[in-house]
Amino acid sequence: MNIRSFNGVHLRHNKNTESETTVAFPLPARVVIPMGMGMGEPCVPLVSVGDKVFLGQKIGDSDVFMSVPVHSSVSGTVKEIKNHLLHGGKLCKAVVIEPDGKQIPHENIKPPEIKTTKDFINAIRESGAVGLGGAGFPTHVKFSYDNHVDTLIINAAECEPYITSDYREMMENTADVYDGIKLILENMHINRAKLCIEKNKPAAIRLFTRMTAKDDNIDVVTLPTRYPQGAEKMLLFSTTGRVIRENQITSEENALVVNVSTVGFLNRYMKTGMPLVSRRLTVDGDAVGMPCNIEVLIGTTIGDILDYANAENYRKLIMGGPMMGVCMSDPDAPIVKTHNALLALKSDDTPVSSPCIRCGKCIKVCPVNLMPLELEKAYNTKNKEELLALRVNLCMNCGACSYVCPAKRPLAETNCLAKEFLNVKSPKEMIK
Amino acid sequence: MEKLIVSPSPHQRGNSSTTKIMTLVIIALIPSIIAATVIFGLRALILVLTCVASSVLFEFFCRKIMKRDNTISDFSAAVTGIILALNFPVTLPLWMAVLGCFVAIVITKQLFGGIGQNFANPAIVGRLVLTLSFTKEMSTWVKPFWYSSADLLTAPTPLAEKWLVSYSSSEGFVGKISPPVDYVDLFLGKTGGCIGETCAVAIILGGIFLLMTRVISPAAPLTFIGTLAVLTAVSGGDALYHILSGGLLFGAFFMATDYVTTPVTTKGKVIFGIGCGLITFLIRTFGAYPEGVSFAILLMNLLTPYIDRLTRTKPFGMVKVKEVKGNG
Repeated sequence: MNIRSFNGVHLRHNKNTESETTVAFPLPARVVIPMGMGMGEPCVPLVSVGDKVFLGQKIGDSDVFMSVPVHSSVSGTVKEIKNHLLHGGKLCKAVVIEPDGKQIPHENIKPPEIKTTKDFINAIRESGAVGLGGAGFPTHVKFSYDNHVDTLIINAAECEPYITSDYREMMENTADVYDGIKLILENMHINRAKLCIEKNKPAAIRLFTRMTAKDDNIDVVTLPTRYPQGAEKMLLFSTTGRVIRENQITSEENALVVNVSTVGFLNRYMKTGMPLVSRRLTVDGDAVGMPCNIEVLIGTTIGDILDYANAENYRKLIMGGPMMGVCMSDPDAPIVKTHNALLALKSDDTPVSSPCIRCGKCIKVCPVNLMPLELEKAYNTKNKEELLALRVNLCMNCGACSYVCPAKRPLAETNCLAKEFLNVKSPKEMIK
Repeated sequence: MEKLIVSPSPHQRGNSSTTKIMTLVIIALIPSIIAATVIFGLRALILVLTCVASSVLFEFFCRKIMKRDNTISDFSAAVTGIILALNFPVTLPLWMAVLGCFVAIVITKQLFGGIGQNFANPAIVGRLVLTLSFTKEMSTWVKPFWYSSADLLTAPTPLAEKWLVSYSSSEGFVGKISPPVDYVDLFLGKTGGCIGETCAVAIILGGIFLLMTRVISPAAPLTFIGTLAVLTAVSGGDALYHILSGGLLFGAFFMATDYVTTPVTTKGKVIFGIGCGLITFLIRTFGAYPEGVSFAILLMNLLTPYIDRLTRTKPFGMVKVKEVKGNG
């Protein structure tokens, strides 16, 4: 198969946990379940303090389309409804539940009945699914497209260092992934699927190549290990040659890109009816004594996990990978649906930056061919026209520019500030 | 417990640094320094060391006076010093060399804001200012290995006059005149000229090292050399002679590849190289001045911001609009 290449950068993989079988994380003393996890509007709590809740019970919902319901990950008692600080600095409500230790499932939990595509999408919404790869885009929104989609792309690139949770999903829940692909193809009436795996996961490639040998409509695609291969735009381009242009979404290029763990989860939900109440998490980093993969209940606090994994002397906690992950300021923060990894690092090696020497490396690695050094200049002079002309809106903040910069300029950070400076709410607003 | 550190992504960085890049450039210049010392004697080495020391000191004091962070540890001043020294004839009085370093570091580099901000290659401006100010001293060329046939000479004194040969720079011989030096001598550097410019082997070794370590891109040097070769050949000249003589190879590999003063994109570097080749050809063929390379690079340095503007990359998935308005 013809794989197209893009700029990008080669990183050390550090996939230390690739052979760590997922362990179920013990039931915590309390869970904190935020009403907003991933993209979209936060939900309104459906329970109040003192209520008895069951495992999988819907405890938050919203009328907004771009919003995903929230379910309780334990059976127990609601102790508190408090404010919770989201990554972006906004507040939302969080429900604090004390488990009773019994994990009794809610009575309504049963496999959904699906007859039409609409039923399927409704079921996805009820499952509480968001993209499990990290961005957390509501899955039912992604599936609600009007265009004809001819290709389903399963994103199993997992291009960020350290993270192995998607890989473990493929190795441990192979049947769920396989059935999930067929389920989506069938219910969404898509002709073919491509399961895209980076070359550094040969076992998964072998396994699925064997499994899909008889399926004409499922291809296993081996991708070069190049960061950010797993970015939706890059993945679509390298596997199909299609380019998502400004203001376009993936379905406009007749493709649907879904993370592999999301596929596995959707299949389990359609089989059992148990919504998204737990997820797999890679715990790693140089401050972690026992790097591992755990299946953790949504709402478990980071501190509990750090104790479990023998993390000591950490100065920096990152949710996600080292390239795009978000720093946590508080070890009491909960694990949410979008967290695929928790990294605890000993030292902060945030380097001191020196003047740009115009080596042009940032341009060479930018997957979307931007000119980070020019963008930095434009931002520093607060030149709006220039920022727009240089298309800062296309930056996906992959961090490759900052990574390679010999002068350690904060290039990716500057692009974020520039986007904020332009006060761009959606790319559509930028171009009139 | 100490407070947790919160910083924007990415949380890991590559191991490249300005200092590392400059160190690699210095390593790439070592063959040329050795060749200069072998061909022109110990005084060539003294010249190099003088220029390095004065460049670093000028940078140090300049930053101090301007109350800025000191940047001598990035080694860029040392690189400028070496390159400038290799652009001098071996007989240049040391005080003139120091003056050249002053022009390069203080005037061209620091007064414009230090590393990354200079509008032109400091070494080239230093060299050209000296060439225009002290034309005689800057174009007095001695025979290779002059030192082994005489007493130790540290400067061109009247006594040394008999070993000084008034070659016009080898670049002076152009057109259809048969080369006065054979190719092997040119290749090995056994000819008169600036101490770092004569030995093609050493320059090419350094150039290959920089290409292999990916410090430089081949775009500018190859188009520079190629353009000059093609134009020379088309006009009936001796292309190989032109490539091997004068400052072409040194300029192409060590000065037309300077990050700060050349375009950032490959397309831009190609335009830069072609421009350099064209101007060098015009000066060498039609100009009264023998030195074409330095002027060519300087002129293209000045055009670099415009080349950069014209050779911007096309963002992936960009939609062209007739007018983009900042409406934020």
